[in-house]
Amino acid sequence: MHEVGIMQNAIQMAEQQARESGANRIHALRLRVGLMSGVVAEALEFAFEAVSRGTLAEGARLEIERVPPAAWCAHCGAEFPCEDYDLTCPRCREFSQELRRGTEMQLSSIEVS
Amino acid sequence: MCVECGCGLPGAPGEVQIHPAGPGPAHSHHHGHPRPAPHGHEHDHAHDHPGAAPTKDQPRAERTVGIQRSLLEKNDRIAERNRGFFQAKRLLVLNVLSSPGSGKTTLIQKTAEALAGRLRLGVIVGDLATENDANRLRSTGIPVVQITTGSVCHLEADMVARAMTGLDLDALDVLVIENVGNLVCPASYDLGEALRVVLMSVTEGEDKPLKYPTMFHSATVAVITKTDLAEAAGFDREQAIANLGRISHHARRFEVSSRTGEGMPDWCDYLVERRRELAGAPAAHS
Ligand SMILES: Nc1nc2c(ncn2[C@@H]2O[C@H](COP(=O)(O)OP(=O)(O)OP(=O)(O)O)[C@@H](O)[C@H]2O)c(=O)[nH]1
Ligand SMILES: [Mg+2]
Ligand SMILES: [Zn+2]
Repeated sequence: MHEVGIMQNAIQMAEQQARESGANRIHALRLRVGLMSGVVAEALEFAFEAVSRGTLAEGARLEIERVPPAAWCAHCGAEFPCEDYDLTCPRCREFSQELRRGTEMQLSSIEVS
Repeated sequence: MCVECGCGLPGAPGEVQIHPAGPGPAHSHHHGHPRPAPHGHEHDHAHDHPGAAPTKDQPRAERTVGIQRSLLEKNDRIAERNRGFFQAKRLLVLNVLSSPGSGKTTLIQKTAEALAGRLRLGVIVGDLATENDANRLRSTGIPVVQITTGSVCHLEADMVARAMTGLDLDALDVLVIENVGNLVCPASYDLGEALRVVLMSVTEGEDKPLKYPTMFHSATVAVITKTDLAEAAGFDREQAIANLGRISHHARRFEVSSRTGEGMPDWCDYLVERRRELAGAPAAHS
């Protein structure tokens, strides 16, 4: 599992941003994690406590927004959810090749002071 | 830098670098700037005054700093560098992925043998602990570099960047990267490859693509392997192809047996063709 490494990246990025904005404490980290990103939000949560120890983010809240996959149909322009990973457009039955959402793995914001 | 608040208005490159441009609310200022020049980033960032100690009346309040950065940006950056480098060298690079034991090493071995005299292959092989795969591939007579990943369950772009210094890339047409046998973690890590080749063997069950949609969706090539075992394994080919169609509709599909050689000519011709296209194309970064 590589969630530990991903969480380390997130904390490093958060610490860098916090310091650059003159803060010395991180109260919360907000992540956006797509359900098709290949990482498991629960595993990130599990890794967070251990990985944040001794950092500016120790004791911070971790808020993970889980983003369900959505695809876009180039044929008819419909955007449609694909929870069961079916990329068939419900409107025109064409296959979509473009996942618009659901693969992201992003640090969206932090709360600092 | 803005003298009043130290927020990094135009001329503060550090500020611009850390916030990639992207859709988002306009930057808002809590106080007036003489000339509200366009910012290099578009989001609402809280203003802070570095070094300004909180006073009794104004304890340092919690504030939000917008970031919107990918957690994989470091890997993605190195992968793009690799890709530019490979393109400049006209090297066709494959990232080969599957569950443990689906036949990656065997397929690479047989491919190298079948392409001998047509394309020069080199291999980077990622393995958790052993040198076994590297030794098997070396026996084919092709150059091989092994990356022992230890506890890391996938290859990352910087590992590939380091490993390729161990190969004479100018003497190669195709670089094959055998990733760690795992259908989850490697999906997120771009290595800079041109072709992402995802294997599923007939013994694994037809629903593999549905169980690992992220990986199969990211495939540019999907290969059904060990077709010589299809009958014995009761492999439902139609179902497997329907499942692949759902998740990796865009992927080029092959069915091969490394044991009998069935399907190998198509696969090899495809590689020759892709490499020919690449050699004819102008280099994007040279
Ligand atoms: N019958 C048959 N067996 C095969 C075929 N390809 C591979 N095998 C066997 O399947 C087993 C695993 O093959 P490998 O090539 O080592 O698989 P791998 O994906 O490289 O395995 P890892 O690197 O451990 O993930 C070996 O015993 C191979 O001999 C095939 O086309 N037909
Ligand atoms: Mg192998
Ligand atoms: Zn449609």
